[in-house]
Amino acid sequence: MSSVAPAPASAPSGPASPGGRGGRRKKKVGDLGKLDVRDKVVVGLFLAIPLVFVLVLVVFPAIASVVLSFARWDGIGGLDTIDFIGTKNYNDIISIYPPFWPAVQNNVVMLLFLFTIPTGLGIFLAVLLDKELRFTWFYQTSYFMPVVLSLALVGFIWQLIYSRDQGLLNAVLGTEIDWYGDPSVNFYSVLVATGWRHTGYIMLIYLAGLKGVDNALREAALMDGCTETQTFFKVVFPVMRPINIIVLVITVIESLRAFDIVWVINKGRNGLELIAALVTQNVSGEASRIGFASALSTIMLIISTVFVIIYLRVVMKDEPGGAR
Amino acid sequence: MSAVIERTTSRTVASPPISGPGRKHRPWLMYTLLVFLSLVWLLPLVYAVMQSFRDYQYTSVFGYFSLGGWTLDNYSEAWERGNFAQGFVNSLIITVPAVLLTLAFASMFAFVLSRFSFKLNLSLLALFTAANLLPPQALLVPVFRMYLEAPVPEWINPNGNLLNTHLGLVMVNVAFQTGFCTFVLSNYMKTLPREMYEAAEVDGASVWRQFYQLTLPLVKPALAALAVLQTTWIYNEFFWATVLLQDSTKFPITSSINNLRGQFFTDINLVAAGSVIIAIPTLVVFFVLRKQFVSGLTMGSTKG
Repeated sequence: MSSVAPAPASAPSGPASPGGRGGRRKKKVGDLGKLDVRDKVVVGLFLAIPLVFVLVLVVFPAIASVVLSFARWDGIGGLDTIDFIGTKNYNDIISIYPPFWPAVQNNVVMLLFLFTIPTGLGIFLAVLLDKELRFTWFYQTSYFMPVVLSLALVGFIWQLIYSRDQGLLNAVLGTEIDWYGDPSVNFYSVLVATGWRHTGYIMLIYLAGLKGVDNALREAALMDGCTETQTFFKVVFPVMRPINIIVLVITVIESLRAFDIVWVINKGRNGLELIAALVTQNVSGEASRIGFASALSTIMLIISTVFVIIYLRVVMKDEPGGAR
Repeated sequence: MSAVIERTTSRTVASPPISGPGRKHRPWLMYTLLVFLSLVWLLPLVYAVMQSFRDYQYTSVFGYFSLGGWTLDNYSEAWERGNFAQGFVNSLIITVPAVLLTLAFASMFAFVLSRFSFKLNLSLLALFTAANLLPPQALLVPVFRMYLEAPVPEWINPNGNLLNTHLGLVMVNVAFQTGFCTFVLSNYMKTLPREMYEAAEVDGASVWRQFYQLTLPLVKPALAALAVLQTTWIYNEFFWATVLLQDSTKFPITSSINNLRGQFFTDINLVAAGSVIIAIPTLVVFFVLRKQFVSGLTMGSTKG
């Protein structure tokens, strides 16, 4: 059974998909009203159990983070020791918290980097591999293998290359740079390692997207005398708009969430500041500053919400709203 | 069944290799580039494997470009020092229930969403999908506090709360991953023919039977793909394990590698062996169940 399920926002497929979401709304098969009591209980439980999990462990904490961001609290005392102090945490973050701006800068640099080089390379590789060349399996395997590794492990594997005294890179270059330790270079080292993993991921998503592009489009463009490059940029790339947006959102979210790799290296200090690491430091550090950490969390939440909404608009655009 | 397969594949027809007149191919350039990049991409892993088999004393004298000093000692030492046996057991205890629960919850929820129309249907799907995309760090403070307060029987945790328990870790992983799986499964289930349910209703099959005997068997490929993907993700999960577990004997394997780092000195060859040991399960999954893994990823195309 090798059928790949339809990517929710796959690029427009070739011939009008038979049996797609054609409006055949015959009977009220999907009507909840006509169920008997037992069925209603089953449906209710099917909805309620997962919903409780998501509400309690994701939605509520998200809201609580926003609320706590306006408070001072040590996180240990009772809820009555929460002291609301307005926007002071935010003011402090932007004015007197040294690691904040470096972290923002690193997050933005990571986003720009992931979005240009690994994404560009991933798309390029996908286009090449889409031609079903000889030994495709080999190429795909090598680009894709890093994707199954955890980012924490990626950090360790690259340590073998970056280590000052025992690393491959210094041995090759004849230098003595501490690639993970020196604040002037260590973030770039992290970017390379992260990009190593991100490229394969983007390649894979694009490859799936390309398979959904109607070949007739390409053939027509080539007939009209477009070169292959022109065909890609003028025909294929625009048609893949939904995939492009998904890739954009994934990249934004990945760079916002980036945490594992800097945490295993040095807990996100000394050149490797990232917002996600700052939140964690402020919660689990010696002096846990709950309000402060929550304000940082809220900043992350706001940024991600913007992109989550963009994402939802794309993937749910032609949702029929449950049962057809 | 064949109708279903036809329907699900029709949207993603593989393109046949295009070749025709009027195209300027420079295959050698393309192949050179692909091979070169493949080798660059493989280098860190191959290098890690190579160094993991080498003796530290030997490489420190002769350098890393030398060949020799082959040994298996790094593996046995990494296994011992890293407490990897315990780490693997912990990973198993966390990953297996988390994957099973995630898939169970997601198929239940997706089934109702795709089978019935009701007012909040789309909003619920949006909520679940969004929940999966939020940065976990943004939820840390309240989750941490709730876990501290959550009363738990002593046989689960002597401290009487959810912090530092595998149960807590399983729960948060389930909550996070259910959204993604629901999204993928509901899309998949919406491609099933409605006539099937009509017929089932005529036969008087209950909702539970429709779910268990009709829908679930038909979405098996999607479940298999998600199972593979989720196993890898939860096995790889690092953040929650780091912040919610304090006792190092409870750490999953992904965190255990930290045990191999000395405070002042790190034996790189030992870290290499540890990395290889930890990578093996996911790499095996990758090579054996590659098809499922890939289709799981592309079905959703979402995971951040």
